[in-house]
Amino acid sequence: MGRSHRPHRRGGRRDESSPESGERVLVLPGDQVAGAGWKPGRGTYRVGERIFASVLGLYQPRPPLAQVVPLNGRYIPKEGDEVIGTVVDVQGTFWLLNIGAPRWAPLHMTGTPWSIEIGETQNYLRVGDAVLVRVESLEATGRIGVTMLGDGLGKLEGGMIITVSPAKIPRVIGRGASMIQTITRLTGARVAVGRNGRIWIDGAPEAIQRVAESLRLIDDEGHRPGLTERVESYLAATASSADLLMRSAPRSLVDAAPEREGPEPDGPGPDEL
Amino acid sequence: MGSVGAKDVPILMTPDGRRIDGRRWDELRPIHIVAGPLRQADGSAFVEWGANKVMAAVYGPREVHPRHLQENHRAIVQCRYNMAAFSVDERKRPGLDRRSQEISKVIAEAFDSVVFAEEFPRTSIDVYIEVLQANAGTRCAGVVAASVALADAGIPMVDLLPAVAVGKVAGEIVLDLKKEEDNFGEADLPMAMVPQSGRMVLLQMEGHMTRDELSKALDLGVKGCRDVHEKMKEALRTRYTTTDAGAEA
Repeated sequence: MGRSHRPHRRGGRRDESSPESGERVLVLPGDQVAGAGWKPGRGTYRVGERIFASVLGLYQPRPPLAQVVPLNGRYIPKEGDEVIGTVVDVQGTFWLLNIGAPRWAPLHMTGTPWSIEIGETQNYLRVGDAVLVRVESLEATGRIGVTMLGDGLGKLEGGMIITVSPAKIPRVIGRGASMIQTITRLTGARVAVGRNGRIWIDGAPEAIQRVAESLRLIDDEGHRPGLTERVESYLAATASSADLLMRSAPRSLVDAAPEREGPEPDGPGPDEL
Repeated sequence: MGSVGAKDVPILMTPDGRRIDGRRWDELRPIHIVAGPLRQADGSAFVEWGANKVMAAVYGPREVHPRHLQENHRAIVQCRYNMAAFSVDERKRPGLDRRSQEISKVIAEAFDSVVFAEEFPRTSIDVYIEVLQANAGTRCAGVVAASVALADAGIPMVDLLPAVAVGKVAGEIVLDLKKEEDNFGEADLPMAMVPQSGRMVLLQMEGHMTRDELSKALDLGVKGCRDVHEKMKEALRTRYTTTDAGAEA
């Protein structure tokens, strides 16, 4: 039949679409978005001359491409993305990671900074451990290859992981990393952001709490203008009480928080992004 | 008069064309749809359709369990339709029975024909439909809930999938049977339609109809599906324009 469908995993590099650019209309699967003269982009399909949305999202035409940017859905991996995963299975030569994508991602032992004998994988990472890795290869079979070799990649010790919609990650990072820098500066927490919507936070309990609340703010209201100001004012409003808590907290705890290294396999700690 | 059991059959159609709940032949029961009530699932929906209450949750695309069901070039669509023990007057024996297995199968096949499964090889899209309160037409309410949940889960598909049942009650073709009409009527014809193309992807029938009645019933069902489709779109728009946020994963 004259139907062709372009998966939305293709198409251009994930761009930080500016909030006020052009028309952005909410469309649902089956809504016609364009007619003759347009080409079906991601999130759309074509029947004859007509182009329909295949996902729920915002219609953002870029002539001649009709495309729908999805508002929800699982993380669709892209090569080069840094993502946070949790180990779900340990095999002889690799681990399987849940990165919130449609498939589990194998992390081979050669993709780690450790020299491991076959069968000793479980001595390094166990089920439930969290890691910061990079998407290295994507295959037509849907296989997602990840590696732990690279700056700032490695096992995440301590802290906690918060999940937001992957679509909101550009907002969490901000233009030129402004948002995430603001958050780390005003809370003193260590933060690692995964493109898959998972964010690792470590630091004093109050700092973690304030980062988590900021992230919730971004996840819920990321589309409204003045987001950075609102996050800043939230952090400023909570700063005084947090300072008090920090001062009253035992010094050792405050000092210990920023630099905590895993005792066993010492991979490089995750960088503040 | 006085014949055994006769008093058990309610009056399904009054002389002036009113049905047991006062509806005309071509009227739907009230439908209320909420998109995305569940946080845990990738997508979800709650549907109240007359006295039916149905919750649907969608997970996926995700790893296939058990592995041997996995297909190399596409996602599989799996569905579990289940009625709660308390969903009907007399306690329903919990768990899978022949009826729910059949309904699960036809619903899974209906959705399999509308989602773009080739996009997610070796994965599974899992649809769970839980009937909390039943009053005839639960498979249609289940399809509607599942379809809204699939859209809420961001799964690419041809279109939403509205569904409705048409039937023959007291000799008349009527839209959207309720329990008494289903129990004492002559025929029941549930269907699900792709509005974009008009294609039927679920069509079953119980009972008897003439050829003319069937064609009238199908026309009525198509019209009913279009009305249900509007309700589905409205529910999704409400969810995504008030918060504009994606589903919390």
